[in-house]
Amino acid sequence: MDLTRLTAFQLRDLISSGKITAKETTKAYLDKITVTDKNINAYVFIDPEKTLKKATELDKKGNLNLKLAGLPIAIKDNICVKDEPTTCSSNILSGFKPPYDATVIELLEKNGAILLGKTNMDEFAFGSSCETSCYGVTKNPYDATRVPGGSSGGSAAAVGSEEALWALGSDTGGSIRQPASLCNVVGLKPTYGRVSRYGLIAFASSLDQIGPLTRDVKDAALLLEVLSGFDPKDSTSSEETVPEFSKKLTHEIKGIKIGVPEEYFSEGIDSKIKERIEFILGQLKKEGAKVERMNLPHTEYAISCYYIIAPSEASSNLARYDGVQYGLRVADNQLLKNVKNPMIRMYLATRSAGFGAEAKRRMLLGTYSLSSGYYEAYYLRAAKVRTLIKNDFQEAFKKYDCIISPTTPAAAFRIGEKTDPLQMYLSDIFTIPANLAGIPAISVSAGTTQNNLPIGIQIMADFFQEQKMLNTAYLIEKLQK
Amino acid sequence: MQISKEIVSHTGHLARLHLSDDELELYSSQLNKILEYIEKLKKIDITNIAPTFNVLNLKNVLRVDTVRPSLTSEEALKNAPDKQDNFFVVPKVY
Repeated sequence: MDLTRLTAFQLRDLISSGKITAKETTKAYLDKITVTDKNINAYVFIDPEKTLKKATELDKKGNLNLKLAGLPIAIKDNICVKDEPTTCSSNILSGFKPPYDATVIELLEKNGAILLGKTNMDEFAFGSSCETSCYGVTKNPYDATRVPGGSSGGSAAAVGSEEALWALGSDTGGSIRQPASLCNVVGLKPTYGRVSRYGLIAFASSLDQIGPLTRDVKDAALLLEVLSGFDPKDSTSSEETVPEFSKKLTHEIKGIKIGVPEEYFSEGIDSKIKERIEFILGQLKKEGAKVERMNLPHTEYAISCYYIIAPSEASSNLARYDGVQYGLRVADNQLLKNVKNPMIRMYLATRSAGFGAEAKRRMLLGTYSLSSGYYEAYYLRAAKVRTLIKNDFQEAFKKYDCIISPTTPAAAFRIGEKTDPLQMYLSDIFTIPANLAGIPAISVSAGTTQNNLPIGIQIMADFFQEQKMLNTAYLIEKLQK
Repeated sequence: MQISKEIVSHTGHLARLHLSDDELELYSSQLNKILEYIEKLKKIDITNIAPTFNVLNLKNVLRVDTVRPSLTSEEALKNAPDKQDNFFVVPKVY
């Protein structure tokens, strides 16, 4: 039996009943990584010896009835794991080993999970292709000449190539859902505040959420219920009660109302993607769902709004990389001899050497939007437009249980294909609105294009209505089998 | 609106990024293209619309003012590029 082909629920039954051990399971994945990751480059750090030791300890004296007992998981490189390299795939954090665990890591370990390693990402999550990583691009498991998507491209490719059972990612403008769609896995962004951000290295604090990338919807529901809940260490975390999503999962959706926004089908979308989404909507109708065309009128402003707000927050969050407390320090640089203050020279030399091009571009854009004289025209205006985008969804959810759209306008693009930053930004056109509004969204498989590249369908729901979204996704998944 | 290389260079300094001439050239043209796209925000009427800075409309969260465990200085200094005794070492500031 190839253990790497099973879902979390299947593995959990085998482990808790003593048919296989946590060590065997972990070993199966480490072996798979050894064979496959040469070609995929999904992982940036692994420590097989330490990982196997943890699994062996669990077999010997652990509780095998814990929710995640013995189940190995891959972690995106922007989530802090105590004393393990955590670099956001950026040279500026080279050598950094956090002195504490993120809350999600504590929760995973408390529930018996085994950490497999850290996965590749766009530098500081700035990108949709994994091409901005300082460790080189990750390859799409379905076509090695194509990107896995991003920024959680390493996590999506690891799950897609069965180098991981499942993985954690983070989603600021689509960074879980877009790569999930491109790598044929399930990717879920929870409601803002549902999962603690403590220990997630900040990109844009009002948009970031940690979430699962999994083989199927049921696994996503299980991981979400473990990760969710109030955390006093995150002042934006919510006290909303957490349902047992995986137990409440049902294929019964009769009478559910689904809105299909016209705006998500107009912008140069691949015809095969459109066809697949329409086909699935037809299936849902047959199952008793009410499917209606509707409008989210401010959709066309979402990308503009996001590319003011996200870089502004990023430029502020990334000010902490100053060569003093952690990571890279470059003392000086020949070009800076006109700068008198040695401290400022160190800041400039360190940051100019440590950050890659996309990080610099976003910090410039963000600093500009926030600077004196431009704040009102850019940042404040974008924050007001964000209200309108959020209101569109609030109005829609008075009428609909779920909103369904494609996850991306096109399947995986070629490595090196998108050289213009704006073209890259436009690949997140359907995922960004959910982050601006703060609502949950999930991407599940919707089939493939003519070239056999994966396509994703996105289901969005109102604040804290993950269950409705998961049930719809669960049915869509079943209907595609 | 076009932003000049001088503005990009000044913005770079505010963000503590030193940009080479090639970088200035590249980023100026790319930022202009991005800002041109973003211009569409100006078409929307935002009169009387309140800004959204946080979707959950959270209030400040205060914790009880009591001593809690925290990182030791040794742990906090562990990742420092340069340190001495219980301090971070930085270049001279003047």
